[in-house]
Amino acid sequence: MSKRLNVSASPHVRSKTSTKTIMRDVVIALLPACIAGIYVFKLQAALILLTCVATCLLSEYIYEKLMKKQITTADYSAVITGLLLGMNLPPSIPIWIAMLGSVFAIIVVKQLFGGLGQNFMNPALGARCFLMISFTGRMTTFTLDGVSSATPLAIIKNADRSVPVLDTLTNNGTSLFKMFVGYTGGTIGETSAACILLGALYLFVRRIISWEIPCCYIAVFSVFVLAFGGYGFDINYLAAELCGGGLMLGAFFMATDYVTSPITKKGKIIFGICLGLLTGVFRIFGGSAEGVSYAIIFCNLLVPLIEKVTIPKPFGYVKEAKKS
Amino acid sequence: MKGGTFKGGTHPFGGKDLSKDLPVKKIKPSGEVVYPVSQHIGAPSNPIVQVGDQIKVGQTIAEAGGFVSTDICSSVSGTVKKIEPRLTVSGAMVNAIVVENDDKYETVDGFGEDRDYSKLSKDEIRDIIKKAGIVGMGGAGFPTHVKLAPKDDNAIDYVLVNGAECEPYLTSDYRMMIECPEMIVGGLKVILSLFPNAKGYICIEDNKPEAIEKMQEAVKGVDKVEVKVLKTKYPQGAERTLIYASTGRTINSKMLPADAGCVVNNIDTVISIYNAVCKNIPLIRRIVTVTGEGALHPQNFEVPTGMNYAEVLEAAGGCSEDTVKIVSGGPMMGMALFDLNVPVMKSSSALLCMTKDEVAEHEPSPCIRCGRCVSVCPSKLVPQKMLEYAERFDNEGFEKIFGMECYECGSCTYVCPAKRRLTQSFKETRRSVLDARRR
Repeated sequence: MSKRLNVSASPHVRSKTSTKTIMRDVVIALLPACIAGIYVFKLQAALILLTCVATCLLSEYIYEKLMKKQITTADYSAVITGLLLGMNLPPSIPIWIAMLGSVFAIIVVKQLFGGLGQNFMNPALGARCFLMISFTGRMTTFTLDGVSSATPLAIIKNADRSVPVLDTLTNNGTSLFKMFVGYTGGTIGETSAACILLGALYLFVRRIISWEIPCCYIAVFSVFVLAFGGYGFDINYLAAELCGGGLMLGAFFMATDYVTSPITKKGKIIFGICLGLLTGVFRIFGGSAEGVSYAIIFCNLLVPLIEKVTIPKPFGYVKEAKKS
Repeated sequence: MKGGTFKGGTHPFGGKDLSKDLPVKKIKPSGEVVYPVSQHIGAPSNPIVQVGDQIKVGQTIAEAGGFVSTDICSSVSGTVKKIEPRLTVSGAMVNAIVVENDDKYETVDGFGEDRDYSKLSKDEIRDIIKKAGIVGMGGAGFPTHVKLAPKDDNAIDYVLVNGAECEPYLTSDYRMMIECPEMIVGGLKVILSLFPNAKGYICIEDNKPEAIEKMQEAVKGVDKVEVKVLKTKYPQGAERTLIYASTGRTINSKMLPADAGCVVNNIDTVISIYNAVCKNIPLIRRIVTVTGEGALHPQNFEVPTGMNYAEVLEAAGGCSEDTVKIVSGGPMMGMALFDLNVPVMKSSSALLCMTKDEVAEHEPSPCIRCGRCVSVCPSKLVPQKMLEYAERFDNEGFEKIFGMECYECGSCTYVCPAKRRLTQSFKETRRSVLDARRR
């Protein structure tokens, strides 16, 4: 045989799934919620989402070009960061703030720590918190149909506990149904719980995410707010807490971010539980009505510790016999 | 019919349709036939023939070099030409006995004569198996007589015949189950006669319904033997997963199947046991599947050991122009060959011609920590972390997170979306840990 054959160690075959196909699936899953946001908040929302995605891609491209690294803009990960950041911004935010946030997400949170797979916190959430601290007023002003209004969560948080939740919502021109389907003040992406769930369902079907993190997160959070929310065991209150704010988006799309969540099964469960507790604490005892972003980035920092203590025991493991 | 299974595992492309319906054809070597003295795990065998000796089919040409070692018998008759290092499948040069085939196939006395195993003592059976040079033919090549000699014969509860054949493309075991189920049952009966308390299970994945049917027919009325159907999943045929899936027992890397009361043998090994004990034919042939998209005419061959791989491929009509990689064994654990001038050994199961080299096609990209490797690992390890340690040459850390429990099945590497070369690094690290231990 005169021909040269390839030689490498086994295995010699690879599955069809790649980083790119996974990221593309996440983008697809985010689309329903984006479309809902654009439907509710109109052109302004579309502009912000577009700006964020474009700026993220551009920052990644420029950074990698300058650093003479391989250009990775085609792997969709910057698109996800852009979409998630845009979805976490109020529709009334000035475009330049959205751009600043995108640059911060990609350059500071992602690339400076080594790029894809090396960032220790979710880039979109890191940028959101950066913007929250820098432009608190603008980041917490939510408008709906051009009228500035409080978010349902803020309304419930500050409401008189003796008035039923449903009445409180109705008195303020909203309802559980509106919160679920998506016609309330808030950030662009979190407006429609239904659309987020639709996207999440897609991720489950495509096996991109597993049940551990979102289920533990939501379950623990539910128990926490029922116990400490001040409304007693009130299903309506729970539903409002679940549909309002960033919980759904956070639980299904940001807490499950591969890079910044534990890799072991047990670790994922612990991570979900920590998230549920922290979000509960922030929402009920904290100064703001929201707590998802801070809970997630805080727990991102715990990931290495969680992983360290959750290395599973291997198959057929038996305790080392004591050497006498 | 719900099959036994294990946690983790993957579902690679099957590829078995290429050769599964092709009956086994016998082929014969021409010219030189090469017998490396190390075709098994353990000490190399010691040649007992001299250059120039006339030898016959079935003659012992090398004797076991220790307890964990085995004999080697000639598959042809002819003259011993040379005893010199030769290239083998693994890429290593191994001392080998080179025989010039005279095409006469003269056999030693008593070759092929029927023998009643029930009249033999246990020690006689084990001795026959050792003298026949039988080793695990599924790939590992562990001497079978050692496997069949646990500390306590009464403590063995199960004798498992591994017909899972979970590697994609391979159909050699499948063909044997279809074509000679009675030999498999015969061999299993011989093994069962060694272990008074054992039940025999013939374990088959549920993607081989015809084989299950054939074997079920063959075991009808046979005492203490049944067919166990397993779920189709890679690596179902790995010793540890097979034991778990069929008996619910677990073992780790430091234990032998016998510690869990099990003895596991591959289909072709059981047939060799039958041949050796009941027919007085030592291990001088094996079934090799020539397959893959690059094989012009996929085939299942019965090949005399020592035959040149290039000759085997030629017998199947060669491979296409666009073949880029030729693998000895399956695509998950087989070894890529850079030179086909290597002999078929006792543990060579296939010659796979690939027209696409997915390893070369995909450059590894950064790990995104998706956790797929963790969820597929049949040993419940954390390959992602193992790779971090392996890349830093931190053997201590690697061992601490149980890296030595890995048996290199390749599942993690198969599923990795970043196409990282996990198994490859683990192989290197595991070797270096083992080397350090030996020192």
